[in-house]
Amino acid sequence: MRIACPYCGPRGLEEFLYTQDASVTRPGAGATGQDWVDYVYIRENTKAPRKEFWYHSAGCHAWLILTRDVVTHEIMAVDLP
Amino acid sequence: MSGYRLPTGGHINRNIAIPFSFDGKAYTGFAGDTLASALLANGVKLVGRSFKYHRPRGIFTAGSEEPSALVELGQGACREPNTRATMVELFNGLEASSQNRFPSLKYDALAINNLFSPLLAAGFYYKTFMWPAKFWERVYEPLIRRAAGLGRNAGLPDPDFYEKTTEFCDVLVVGAGTDGLAVARAAAAQNGRVIVCDEYPAPSPPDLPANVTFLPRTTVFAIYDGGTYAALTHLPNASPRQRLVRVVAGRGIIATGALERPLVFANNDLPGVMLAGAVADYIIRYAVSPGRNILLALNNDDSAVLIPLLAAANIGIAGIVDTRRKSSDLVYRLAREADASVFAGATILAAQGRLGVKSAVIKQHNGTMLRLPCDTIATSGGFNPNIALTAQFDAKPVWNETICAFTAGMLPPCARIIGKAAGQGINAGIEPHWHSGFSPGKSFVDLQNDVTVKDIKLASQEGFCAVEQVKRYTTLGMAADQGKTANVNALAILAEARGISIPEAGTTRFRPPYTPVSIGALAGAHKGKHFKPVRLAPTHEFSQAQGAVAVESGLWLRAQYYPRAGEGWLAAATREVNTVRNAVGICDVTTLGKIDIQGPDAAKFLECVYTNSWASLPIGRVRYGLMLREDGFVMDDGTTARLGPEHFVMTTTTANAAKVMQHLEFCAQVLWKHLEVSLISVTDQWAQIAVAGPKSRATLAKIVDDPFDVSNDSCPYMACAGLTICGGTPARLFRLSFSGELAYEIAVPARYGNALAEKLMQAGAEFGIAPYGTEALGIMRIEKGHPAGPELNGQTTAHDLGLHKLLSTKKDFIGRTMAARPALTNPARPTLVGLRPEDGTTTLRAGSHLLPIGVPATAAHDQGHVTSAARSPTLGPIALALLADGPARLGEKIRVYDPVRQGDCIARVVSPVHYDPAGTRLHA
Repeated sequence: MRIACPYCGPRGLEEFLYTQDASVTRPGAGATGQDWVDYVYIRENTKAPRKEFWYHSAGCHAWLILTRDVVTHEIMAVDLP
Repeated sequence: MSGYRLPTGGHINRNIAIPFSFDGKAYTGFAGDTLASALLANGVKLVGRSFKYHRPRGIFTAGSEEPSALVELGQGACREPNTRATMVELFNGLEASSQNRFPSLKYDALAINNLFSPLLAAGFYYKTFMWPAKFWERVYEPLIRRAAGLGRNAGLPDPDFYEKTTEFCDVLVVGAGTDGLAVARAAAAQNGRVIVCDEYPAPSPPDLPANVTFLPRTTVFAIYDGGTYAALTHLPNASPRQRLVRVVAGRGIIATGALERPLVFANNDLPGVMLAGAVADYIIRYAVSPGRNILLALNNDDSAVLIPLLAAANIGIAGIVDTRRKSSDLVYRLAREADASVFAGATILAAQGRLGVKSAVIKQHNGTMLRLPCDTIATSGGFNPNIALTAQFDAKPVWNETICAFTAGMLPPCARIIGKAAGQGINAGIEPHWHSGFSPGKSFVDLQNDVTVKDIKLASQEGFCAVEQVKRYTTLGMAADQGKTANVNALAILAEARGISIPEAGTTRFRPPYTPVSIGALAGAHKGKHFKPVRLAPTHEFSQAQGAVAVESGLWLRAQYYPRAGEGWLAAATREVNTVRNAVGICDVTTLGKIDIQGPDAAKFLECVYTNSWASLPIGRVRYGLMLREDGFVMDDGTTARLGPEHFVMTTTTANAAKVMQHLEFCAQVLWKHLEVSLISVTDQWAQIAVAGPKSRATLAKIVDDPFDVSNDSCPYMACAGLTICGGTPARLFRLSFSGELAYEIAVPARYGNALAEKLMQAGAEFGIAPYGTEALGIMRIEKGHPAGPELNGQTTAHDLGLHKLLSTKKDFIGRTMAARPALTNPARPTLVGLRPEDGTTTLRAGSHLLPIGVPATAAHDQGHVTSAARSPTLGPIALALLADGPARLGEKIRVYDPVRQGDCIARVVSPVHYDPAGTRLHA
């Protein structure tokens, strides 16, 4: 698999680290305990394109948001947060 | 002895004779030979014994699909089992031996298995060796493993060298046949960079454009996402021995051709039965005839090309058995020209012979039997497009009724399949003939795994009907060849047994690698000490010169202790602790992560990531900080110094340095991206040395440049400053103490690490200075009750570690809400305490369980565990522990129970700060 880092260009998978689902947003002020539980623990497991956080750990240290089809592994988009 | 070298022809160099040996006997081949062609040329037909029945086996193909001719190469540590003789290029002094036979290839004792074959049918061990059940592991399995199997592992570390490379190209062509080369030339004309791989050792084709790289002996064995292909280059008898090439290609062209499938008849595994295409290959490429009287059995027109080849080489043709109801005009014409007889509508029933083919029995179209003497049977059941690479990519093959073969389904992105691999120009006039009936004698479908027509039928009868079940029950299509010559025949036989069509039977899943890849090639140079990098502390040379014993700490190599003559680790560490407690010691603390944090919002940023307050930290001061994960558990701790209004330097634990950096980057780039802050790891840029002990100030005073003042007034506890030392060397000084003594950490650019250590040793010589290692460091931090790795284990909260006062209530920070969950603040949670043995002498061990006194030692009574333990030079055995409701139980007695190492003693619960609880020494 190769990921097109917006800073470094297309690089091999081994330079990157997948960390977590990027579809959740950190709750702001006034959030309830349940909002926090949802943010920290609750994830959808859909057979469809997903947003994922990847970290260019062996490269420029940029955090990236990939839109990736977990069935075909196709990467539709690589965005900066 | 039937094979022989033809007087002319072949892509071999007859001027270069190459001596080699097989089973200890010397032979000679020519440059350009494979082991298989050279053996055939020397008349060797019998090359091995089969997996289960120990039946004699010969050379079946001329390529990587070889199921039968597996040999061991080399000796000792270099011994390589299960090597396909068809793929081994002959080299001077090559030593090969046959496998799976005892005492010799010709007289194999276990050939008796063949007579017991009714017991050894598919799934035999599941049925036969059922009782008594406990015999399975100790008796049956070892026996079966000795009797069945292929080559022997060398059992020694592989002495060979392997390497890995990455290549980039616009177009990768897999297969350098006519179609592949044509596409490569066309692609090269578009000015792209082209790579052509071929698994055979052919020389580079003439006139290839300069932008085409030709990689012979290179098998593309897998396709991965994003146009990444894995290939393995064999470098015969050279170092490196194999090269793993990762090819990143814009487009992939799969021109892998087609693989012939055999006809299936009784004893079709006898040496001398070969694929028709292989016979042609041996004649054309190596000028070797596998026999003197060859019977051709076919069901298609493709393999008829063998007829004129045999005739031209003056090789005897025993006959042409065409299983089709009507043979084709082509076959008749070629046979007539070759003066050979055609048996149209006939079936080949059996091969006959003991260690090799002597004759064949055929059933003619009118039902009469005929025995045809021959020494070789060339069979062709048609061709299978070689679609393994595409099918690996989770694309199910599609059955094509016209050519009676599976073709590629959906292709991987940016890949194309062409030529025979795409099913073009193969199987002209084919009329399928999947097997010659369930006749007496074994008809093999999979030669490598000894799977017969009967086995497949049996599996189906016993309910293992799905193709994946048949594979697992019979071992069909497994092992080194992955059923390249077997699978489609097997599917057809399964379909027939179940009364369904071949596409309904389906195919098993294709997985990489296409051909075997040695683990050594996948590892490349990353083995032994090269498995991972070693990070050397900037005082490494100094500590080596001081006789330090090194210890691995993550990737780092740190000084563990500095033994003097006659000292063991404990004596050395005890002396080092005493030196620090009474005089002064130095210790390299560079390995702690150092993150430089700058920007107008740097203080705000720290407020977000640390639980405690930072905005109020004055310039020139250091503060201890606690970091949580978002789920409320402790992530890491460390000190952060404020060097300027917008400039901080954070330290992390050694183990979490990279993880904290990653976390901070996430906070800065994702969570609080509006904050103006930049981060960079400076762990490797600064050599940092702890100078600890009552004489540390006097020692440092001798190396700092004027006008810097190290007195307690100008440089109090938790102060920091930039300064110069030793006459102009830039440095940073932090008054920090991990040991609990008056102490400093001094940082200089990393290249001065060794020099600084030596300067400090000179400056402190009059006070009895000594370097100390991680053992002494560990003892002193346990004495002081500082949490470290064993306490920061990812399951502890700030409350557990007694650090809850650091949880600010005035701001948001990572983990704040979740850390406040009732279960995480429950006082009954195991909480940090100190332990001292009641008798003052019994050693406490980390990992011991804590139990109330007088209750059974069961998990239900478990109240916590010892996290860290040490033998303090001043206090004797001490420990840190996580004990339920710990702080409320100071003074209680508790049982420290370690059943694994027979530890069982009574300890008293004390404060985790064993040494100088008031902290007067570090404020001195």
